[in-house]
Amino acid sequence: MIGLNHYLTVSAMLFVLSIVGIIINRKNLILLLMCIELMLLAVNTNFIAFSRFLGDETGQVFVFFILTVAAAEAAIGLAILVVLFRNRRSIAVQELNTLKG
Amino acid sequence: MYHYYLTIVLAPLAAAIIAGLAGKKIGRAGAHWVTIIGVGISCALSLLVLKNMFWGGAEAENISVYTWAVTDGLRMEVGFLVDRLTALMMCVVTFVSLMVHIYTIGYMHEDPGYQRFFSYISLFTFSMLMLVMSNNFLQLFFGWEAVGLVSYLLIGFWFKKETAIFANLKAFLVNRVGDFGFILGIAGVVMFTGSLDYATVFASADAVAGQTLEVLPGTPWNAMTVICILLFIGAMGKSAQAPLHVWLPDSMEGPTPISALIHAATMVTAGIFMVARMSPLFELSTAALGFVIIIGSVTAFFMGLLGIVQNDIKRVVAYSTLSQLGYMTVALGASAYSAAIFHLMTHAFFKALLFLAAGSVIIAMHHEQDIRKMGGIRKYMPITYWTSLVGSLALIGFPGSSGFFSKDLLIEAVKESHWHHGATAGDQLTYWIAYLSVLLGVFVTALYSFRMFFLVFHGKERMDAETKSHLHETPAVVTVPLILLAIPSAVIGWFTVGPVLFGDYFGDAIQVQSAHDVLAHMGEAWHGSLGLLMHAWQTPVFWLAASGVWVAWFLYLKRPDIPATIKGKVLPLYNLLDRKYYFDDLYIKGFAAGGRNLGKFLWQKGDELIIDGILVNGTAKAVGRLAGVMRQIQTGYLYTYAFAMIIGLTMLLGWLIWLR
Repeated sequence: MIGLNHYLTVSAMLFVLSIVGIIINRKNLILLLMCIELMLLAVNTNFIAFSRFLGDETGQVFVFFILTVAAAEAAIGLAILVVLFRNRRSIAVQELNTLKG
Repeated sequence: MYHYYLTIVLAPLAAAIIAGLAGKKIGRAGAHWVTIIGVGISCALSLLVLKNMFWGGAEAENISVYTWAVTDGLRMEVGFLVDRLTALMMCVVTFVSLMVHIYTIGYMHEDPGYQRFFSYISLFTFSMLMLVMSNNFLQLFFGWEAVGLVSYLLIGFWFKKETAIFANLKAFLVNRVGDFGFILGIAGVVMFTGSLDYATVFASADAVAGQTLEVLPGTPWNAMTVICILLFIGAMGKSAQAPLHVWLPDSMEGPTPISALIHAATMVTAGIFMVARMSPLFELSTAALGFVIIIGSVTAFFMGLLGIVQNDIKRVVAYSTLSQLGYMTVALGASAYSAAIFHLMTHAFFKALLFLAAGSVIIAMHHEQDIRKMGGIRKYMPITYWTSLVGSLALIGFPGSSGFFSKDLLIEAVKESHWHHGATAGDQLTYWIAYLSVLLGVFVTALYSFRMFFLVFHGKERMDAETKSHLHETPAVVTVPLILLAIPSAVIGWFTVGPVLFGDYFGDAIQVQSAHDVLAHMGEAWHGSLGLLMHAWQTPVFWLAASGVWVAWFLYLKRPDIPATIKGKVLPLYNLLDRKYYFDDLYIKGFAAGGRNLGKFLWQKGDELIIDGILVNGTAKAVGRLAGVMRQIQTGYLYTYAFAMIIGLTMLLGWLIWLR
């Protein structure tokens, strides 16, 4: 029988994977966006698992909200990415260090 | 009389303001007319006041004109105390000032700063009158500082001349030293009596004399001694007593009329006047009087010696002024205040005369002041010659001249002063030293006066042909004041000596304790001016003066080759005198350089290093270094920030879960 713990474990693994993706990825900005999406999905998994476990539908409603926002965010993120590429001719994370002190 | 006093003070002030602010509009003639009229009014009214005092029997008046401020019971007022002492001073100040105003027309007629000069000397007259007519310490201090300021302005009148700027700064700074003591003395007076008013202070003087003051912890000093010595330090600055005398010879850098008015006849006698005015205080402290007499005798003798080696005509007269001020101070120390004031008066006339005569010679010589380049001027300038002779004879105390009466009796008073009741052996020694120095000073005075006189007016004509061809008597504006000053220099002693010294002229203005009252003691043997004159040849004073004149004649007219030989024989002594006992070197290289070095040290170490370097810039630099280290963390890469955020989040969660 697959229980709550299994879902939570999968979700945690997804979350950690996405974090690791953000930290060790030095090349592509698109990968970063994907990792963020993955992080949101891991959270969504948690929401659904707990919603089912606790018998409360509110969690599933939240998932819809999150998905909507994630879609919008992805759209904006990609738009920024396009502009960034136009300006700098590169989307390599390693080269984006204008915040350096 | 109230309106008279106000007019006396304000007329010169108004004239000074008009000549100073509207000098361009009223022109040169306007400037001298307005100031001469202003001072003339003052002089006429002062003489009227004196006449009322002397013949009319008018009482002393103590008038408060204006209350400036009242704080905690301390009244700060402007007021006039006009008694016989003040009336005498007023006449001396305004009369000499008037003469100098007239003389200036001739002396300064080519100077571009003509109006400015008249404005200053009129302002000086105002300040000096405020000083002598004051009825309280605050106004005395105002006048004291105001005359100092005008003196500063006038010494540096030719402000493009390097030496004049140096001299006026020197005068100002040396006077600050004295004024520091003076204001501390006034503070002492306020502390013990709670009042600035003369009358109140003098009334409570006896109570103060019993109290003690711990200047240094554990050493109680008599409060009156401390106050009197501090006040006298102020007088030492203003009246140029050793060791604060160094500014007076240098003040000769100013135009000659102000040397006569300020640095010989009036301002420098402010200290003498002040001590005489404070006689009720000084009488209560034997120690302070001892201090006064020692300073005075040192100044009288040693400053006179310096006059012998000077070659600048004005500086010779300046050193003679120092020496004569020393005489007055000695008289103050011997409690013969009247004698000091009497000598002050006669000295004002003959010294102003000598200075103006020196100025007359300087005009004729086209501003050449070296007496080695003069000689034989007698036949070119008869009026200057004869008035100068009167002045010099008065200075050395030639029998019958005004200086004879004042100086002879002053020296007599010092001689008699050892008679004080209860004087200890030490006190008696002090008085004998003082007597000896004023007595020997007579010889020195005669020597340098007639050295100058012979070198300038007699002997070979040592000036160049160019100067010689232009040599002639100076115009009437110069010679008339000389004649007008020569008259009192010659005769004023005759009819004033009796009442002033022995006739109780001053009344309550000068208070002397009966135990110290040498003049009263001498008065018992007083037989009138003629009697004194008849006995003149019996006194050592006469013979010393005569021998001084003879030595001067012998050395500088008969055998002019001898002085150089003597100079070669006693070169170290000559150098000592020529360098003025190294006082200037001590002050300039010692105190002034020390002060500058201290300032430089504080500037470079204290300000630049500690405050600027460590505190201000150091803080900024420390912040900069810290930021330099901190910025290494800011890589600019997204993943670093993400990592930091996650670490932070994890730690926050960990804290929330496990530690709470």
